[in-house]
Amino acid sequence: MTEKKPTAAAPSAPKTPIWNNPTFRSVAFQAIVLMSVAAFFVYIANNTLTNMAQRGIATGFGFLDLQAGFGILMSLIEYDETHTYGRTFFVGLFNTLLVSFLGIFFATLLGFIIGIGRLSRNWLIARVAAAYIEIFRNIPLLLQILFWYFAVLSALPSPRNSLSLLDLFFLNVRGLYLPAPQPEPAFTAVSVVFALGTISSFFVARWAHKRQDLTGQQFPVLLTVLGLIIGLPILVFAVTGFPLTWDMPRLQGFNFRGGLSVIPELVALLLALSIYTAAFIAEIVRAGILAVSHGQTEASFALGLRPTLTLRLVVIPQAFRVIIPPLTSQYLNLTKNSSLATAVGYPDLVAVWAGTTLNQTGQAVEIILMTMAVYLTISLVISMFMNWYNKKTALVER
Amino acid sequence: MKTLKSLAASVVLLTLSIAVAQAATLDTVKQRGHVQCGVNTGLPGFSFPDDRGKWSGLDVDVCRAIAAAVFGDAGNVKFTPLTAKERFTALQSGEIDVLSRNTTWTTTRDTSLGLNFAGVNYYDGQGFMVKKSLGVNSAKDLGGASVCIQAGTTTELNLADYFRSRNMKYTPITYDKAAETVAGFDAGRCDVLTSDQSQLYALRIQLKDPGGAIVLPEVISKEPLGPVVRQGDDQWFNVVKWSLFAMLEAEDMGVDSKNVDDMKANSKNPAVRRLLGLEGIGGKGLGLPNEWAYNIVKMVGNYAEAFDRNVGTGSKLNIARGINALWKDGGLQYAPPFR
Amino acid sequence: MIQSTPRDTFKRVRDMPPPVLTIGVLGWLRTNLFSSAANTVLTLFAVYLLYVAIPPVINWAFIAADWVGTSREDCTGGGACWVFVLARLNQFIYGFYPDAQQWRVNLAFGLLIALFVPLFVRSFPNKTWLGFFLLFGYPIIAFVLFYGGVLGLPLISTDQWGGLMLTLIISAVGMVASLPLGVLLALGRRSEMPIVRAFSVAFIELWRGVPLITVLFMSSVMLPLFLPEGVTFDKLLRALIGITLFESAYMAEVVRGGLQAIPTGQYEAAKALGLNFWKSMLLIILPQALKLVIPGIVNTLIALFKDTTLVIIIGLFDILGAVESAIKDPSWLGYAVEGYVFAAFIFWIFCYGMSRYSQGLERKLSTGHNR
Repeated sequence: MTEKKPTAAAPSAPKTPIWNNPTFRSVAFQAIVLMSVAAFFVYIANNTLTNMAQRGIATGFGFLDLQAGFGILMSLIEYDETHTYGRTFFVGLFNTLLVSFLGIFFATLLGFIIGIGRLSRNWLIARVAAAYIEIFRNIPLLLQILFWYFAVLSALPSPRNSLSLLDLFFLNVRGLYLPAPQPEPAFTAVSVVFALGTISSFFVARWAHKRQDLTGQQFPVLLTVLGLIIGLPILVFAVTGFPLTWDMPRLQGFNFRGGLSVIPELVALLLALSIYTAAFIAEIVRAGILAVSHGQTEASFALGLRPTLTLRLVVIPQAFRVIIPPLTSQYLNLTKNSSLATAVGYPDLVAVWAGTTLNQTGQAVEIILMTMAVYLTISLVISMFMNWYNKKTALVER
Repeated sequence: MKTLKSLAASVVLLTLSIAVAQAATLDTVKQRGHVQCGVNTGLPGFSFPDDRGKWSGLDVDVCRAIAAAVFGDAGNVKFTPLTAKERFTALQSGEIDVLSRNTTWTTTRDTSLGLNFAGVNYYDGQGFMVKKSLGVNSAKDLGGASVCIQAGTTTELNLADYFRSRNMKYTPITYDKAAETVAGFDAGRCDVLTSDQSQLYALRIQLKDPGGAIVLPEVISKEPLGPVVRQGDDQWFNVVKWSLFAMLEAEDMGVDSKNVDDMKANSKNPAVRRLLGLEGIGGKGLGLPNEWAYNIVKMVGNYAEAFDRNVGTGSKLNIARGINALWKDGGLQYAPPFR
Repeated sequence: MIQSTPRDTFKRVRDMPPPVLTIGVLGWLRTNLFSSAANTVLTLFAVYLLYVAIPPVINWAFIAADWVGTSREDCTGGGACWVFVLARLNQFIYGFYPDAQQWRVNLAFGLLIALFVPLFVRSFPNKTWLGFFLLFGYPIIAFVLFYGGVLGLPLISTDQWGGLMLTLIISAVGMVASLPLGVLLALGRRSEMPIVRAFSVAFIELWRGVPLITVLFMSSVMLPLFLPEGVTFDKLLRALIGITLFESAYMAEVVRGGLQAIPTGQYEAAKALGLNFWKSMLLIILPQALKLVIPGIVNTLIALFKDTTLVIIIGLFDILGAVESAIKDPSWLGYAVEGYVFAAFIFWIFCYGMSRYSQGLERKLSTGHNR
């Protein structure tokens, strides 16, 4: 549309000066915008390259293959000092994803509880929920992270005086220690059955739904699915002779060894992120439920649906239409906010990759670009999901 | 619409026309009227702001010496507090003119980071600090320990080397700022705090119970700390380098801030007269006034004064000169001749 | 006339009093706290939680706290040591701004309040002009007062600005600058010109997609790398630009929501009246759209206000930075919690105030569909 219109429009309005022709204006304006933006980027890139060459700063991505030479507190993949800088990127990335996923899980859980509590008919509960929301969403997250970290750290005992539960779980200033499951080879069977159960439940649910649509007959979906996902794997687990041992944490030297450990940096960050984001989610949930018009509930009652069914079939699906878009943007915020991890030493992407690695290699431009690209990708993926969901659930007006 | 178009056009023109000629750092600094100096966000003895925002410390004194040399006024300097992670980027980008932030001289930094080390204002080595209650007397007993470190330092690398070469395991807990490392150590998050020895003493006075912690005897690395400039500007490199040397040379010659006027008037020693700009080439080669070194000594003092005032016996840190004594006192500090 | 028999006689019967459990305090308790077994359990649980949480906090913050004194020796009560906060209050509010010049800061903020109050008085005339002055005239006065260098005021460079003052300056500038930029971006995103739309979308998604701390890192230490040698801006200015661009992307999305909610008829009517694009936007569409999204705008402003704490990461001493540097002072070691609580309290007051105001507006502007 940008190319052909000026010539096509000109003869039809011969008296109008060309600069008053809306199409010409639009094309010219866009051309100017395009040129200015392109010029701007060329200018920036040119400056950067000149400056870097002039100052002898190394460029390119060759550093990714060099040995990193520093340790990282926590890694989900195998890592030690002898791995490469490229690997530190993934260590940081996975740590960021871990804290974001856990944060999203806990924030959603807490947010829904508080949001529903806010609407409770119980006066005290409603007030407590309101106070929670007003307190936590009005204090900067960075302050909350610092508070939890140093409050949690100073309140916990040293490793030698750990709090313990049944000598299985230990809690001290170095973190939370849990027994780690050690699956034996036969455990694979259990996992396979679990996976199969999950997949088949999906099809069972679909089939049952279809059958109800066609015939009106109901099928005990919940029981079947529970049996498929939980019952069957347990059965297999028992048949194969419980092929699972536990690695117990025990005090050795300065610290606990073995088992699963959750570092306090993660705990503090997770607490702060979940508590902070939950306050926003609670408001979203409240607004979503309130947004479902009373007419809907009344109509549903008039059709003879019982309150639980009204809630499940009428209110919740409509509330979710309102809740999901702002909820996803809260998830996005939480993911981005997890970059504040650097304030308490949790080794996320910004702390490890845009921190230590950047400093050891000095290649700020490459590293910051990669970091931004990661967050941007996460954000675009979430946006795409949101748009898809919006389209799927948009009201179809007739 | 029309106004908008012309606006856009002028913006484009403007952006294209700012491409000014490359200027030498010294000229930029003179034109700007102050030296922009990158320092630590807060490390007593090296660079620390008081409650009025006034900076003091050994690293800060290097910046002030440069300002004294360039402007004849040690006050013409502004400080940019930087974390270890930000410092090189800030210098590379031109955000600061000189980085004086207890930075270790290494090959990588000197070459691929595009930086030049202008000298060494403090010879240091990495050490360990532990709580007395831990009952550890040597770094060799630290296998399996949790270690608090500052992110983006050579300390991180040395620590990894040290434990790896001894087949010991450790858990690194990496913080952004020195203050956080201390807080983490104080709270018991780690068993050991590792850093350059001078910093350990500086950080120890920030503990709730400074007496409850000891610095282990082992020094596991060489840490020559000094001011850094960008590559490719030899004139500015020389200014920084010789500002530092002037402080050393003044100590060598026995010139300090108290007797410098007297020396200038009465000294017959040609070396002193050359230092104070009375003879020889003065500041010509550096692009500075002839009395540049005199200004440094007058306003900042010689190296011994700066050392004593900030980290030595005249300060809370109470660090002995040790290898930072002059070469003739058995130390490593040495200035090439002023002639 | 019919003789009334005694049976037919109206006999006044006194109403039975309502069951004692449905009125008064008891009734209130029953309906609001103990209406069912589950509710009773919840109530008791909440009471227990409050009992565990509140008294120790009150005790720490008020009963066992120390308020007067000059040094840490005066803190003997075992509770909070507010002496520390009071001793450093000046630094928390003004940063490193010279004592003798602090009247300038007070004057500037006093003037701001004096100009702002009439905006909330319903009957005040000429509100539009006052608003214009606040937006365009006042910033110049404030800048002259803060920065000086003219009219005989000594120059106070931006690296001496700090504390609450800096927090307020950053938020105020961010708020004033990000709204117009956000409106432009929102219009761009809904534009019919594909290139303009594409750039607006790219700009918005880019800034919304990256964390603010990487933006600040770029603006504080990397920016000179992108510019020709020798061209630099003030560090504070760069942080301000970073924050403004970042928040304007969020603002744009809020405004877009408002634009979408305006019926097409309004756009068509404006066109039919012969108004050009900018006139129809300024006179017809934006006044309606912005009014719709005032709560959203205020929420974005609250987020911006809280986000200003991140400037600490690039070495600007806002109120949190001032607190952090004060708690490192060896003569006041160990009072970090007091410092953080103070900073949190200040932020809370401002944010809560703004959110109350936004809720009030929401109620005022609501057209009453809710039941």
